[in-house]
Amino acid sequence: MMEQRAYDLFMQNLVKGTSHLALGQEAVAAGFGEAMRSDDYTFCTYRGHNHTLVRGASMTGILGELMGRECGLLNGKGGSMHLMSVEHGAMGSYAIIGAHMPIAAGAAWSAQYRESGQVAVCFFGDGTTNIGAFHESLNFAAVWSLPVVYVCENNLYMEYTPIGDVTAVKNPGADRASAYGLEPILIDGNDVDLVYATAQAAIAKARDGGGPSLLEVQTYRHGGHSRADPGKYRPDEEVKAWLARDPIPAYRKQLLAAGVSDSTLDTIDQEVSDRVDAAEATARSSSPPPLDIADTDLWADGTSTWRT
Amino acid sequence: MAQLSYREAVSAAISQEMRLDDRVVFIGEDVAAAGGVFKTTEGLQAEFGPVRVRDTPIAEQAILGAAMGAAMTGLRPVAEIMFSDFFAVCWDIVVNQIAKTRFMSAGQCSFPLVIRSANGGGARFGAQHSQSVENWAMAVPGLKVVAPSSPADVKGLLAASIRDPDPVLFFEQKSLYGTKGEVPDGECVEPLGKAKVLREGSDVTIVGLAAMVPKALKAAEILQDKHGISATVIDVRSLVPLDTTTIFESVSATGRLVTVEENPRLCGWGAEVSSLVAEELFWDLEGPIVRVTTPHIPLPSADALEDAVLPSVDRIVENVVRLAD
Ligand SMILES: Cc1ncc(C[n+]2csc(CCOP(=O)(O)OP(=O)(O)O)c2C)c(N)n1
Ligand SMILES: [Mg+2]
Repeated sequence: MMEQRAYDLFMQNLVKGTSHLALGQEAVAAGFGEAMRSDDYTFCTYRGHNHTLVRGASMTGILGELMGRECGLLNGKGGSMHLMSVEHGAMGSYAIIGAHMPIAAGAAWSAQYRESGQVAVCFFGDGTTNIGAFHESLNFAAVWSLPVVYVCENNLYMEYTPIGDVTAVKNPGADRASAYGLEPILIDGNDVDLVYATAQAAIAKARDGGGPSLLEVQTYRHGGHSRADPGKYRPDEEVKAWLARDPIPAYRKQLLAAGVSDSTLDTIDQEVSDRVDAAEATARSSSPPPLDIADTDLWADGTSTWRT
Repeated sequence: MAQLSYREAVSAAISQEMRLDDRVVFIGEDVAAAGGVFKTTEGLQAEFGPVRVRDTPIAEQAILGAAMGAAMTGLRPVAEIMFSDFFAVCWDIVVNQIAKTRFMSAGQCSFPLVIRSANGGGARFGAQHSQSVENWAMAVPGLKVVAPSSPADVKGLLAASIRDPDPVLFFEQKSLYGTKGEVPDGECVEPLGKAKVLREGSDVTIVGLAAMVPKALKAAEILQDKHGISATVIDVRSLVPLDTTTIFESVSATGRLVTVEENPRLCGWGAEVSSLVAEELFWDLEGPIVRVTTPHIPLPSADALEDAVLPSVDRIVENVVRLAD
């Protein structure tokens, strides 16, 4: 719901620049978010609004950041592609393909060194499996036996090109696992219970000193790559088939079958919708960031001074 | 005071800091068991063990990404990039990740890490193992940039870099590794961002960095003895933060500035120093600012060619004499 609202705000030109939604991929963030310990680390990409939200970052902070307002998580200095909330373990959203994969390995190395029992979970797309940092990170994490879980959200496309057209193997994540001595794991990323169970197992393994995992979760983005991209490069039947597998209504059906009442679910929906309304209203009324923060916080002393 | 080589001062600094703070860890290619290709880190793994001093695969993005992730979660990593030319294969991690993330996050986390690298020419290694790239680093907001010229400064400035709460690129000049000098006994830390006046003179200010400093000192002797020109020599030591105070004080007094830079000509660090002096100290100048640099070329390998293109003592002398005339 928050992301649908982000789209609406983009269309009203209240979200400037760009924004990458994960509508259709929610089960991945939800399943992993639930499986993580509160002090575990999340590293994600520009398509990271949900991953940041599920760690506990404020929705007002997220929408405010997208809108370039003072109330934004980063006071407007980061933007939609760089959401971060360190106090919640959301260690950043990175917009250079693959770059966050070695950084997640580093956070995992630090956890291993400090014997803190923390695990780093790193999300990225199918397209990311073809860049060097992917391969460097997996080998590095494997040889150092780091507590990191790499999650390839295979939504079948990079920006506009189908992943199969540019990848030497059929399953971009799973088929690479053996090169790093890892077990190939390929799951339906729209099945939130399955995602949760798989996440739990991989995180537990990492926490117990069993080293890294590489999971490929198959999913689909309902919209285009970014902004107002209508995603016309995708065949209609494919879109239709995946829309029918939307994880949110599917999970509602599953809960109803399990005996949860319609009215309970309606109440939850209403509560979430109210929260999104409130977050939007607060973000709309928040001022633009004060201009004097533009040259702060480059250095740890809060300044950006480079000369005496 | 002990006599240490520039090379030995590297491990002296790292071991000093590792003894004081167990958040300090050290990683790189061939650095731990083997002690580094330049033997700068021999003995560290023997003293601190394989958990704190760790060999990595040949994966520069992984090395620097790991350093970043560790720094943002409580460690104080020191990472080695074997030759500074190799920054080109991991520059994204340096420029887009390490340098920008504190700013983008509105100060949510800091990156107390050091990246050491063997920089510059003089070793006849050819163009892909010899470039002086300190000016690349200086062009990036969010990086501190340090390049020592003596063993004492290697120890003091590297220790300070490890303690610094921000990312520091620490450039060791590979042709200086064998040079020796006095290094103070006991704990040794030099503040970052302070240039050092190594020789006082009244006619011209020569500003150099790393391997250019001993050359500038030699040139100053010749200028005094053969030409009666009295030169101040300043070792910049740190490009970011840049000690304009020390440089400006001297240039105000002498009225003449010569920068001696190993980097290729265009956008070398001396261009920034020159522009600051031209803008803020113009009326104190008695002549044009002169930059002595490597030409705008990759470094050739043959000793005769390399020596011909790197700024030499003779070239510094000629330029100063021309300016003083
Ligand atoms: C190094 C780099 N190259 C190219 C881009 C431009 N780019 C942004 S998103 C994207 C597609 C990435 O695809 P994928 O990894 O599948 O992630 P998805 O967007 O599908 O979630 C590209 C090519 C970039 N940001 N970084
Ligand atoms: Mg994709």
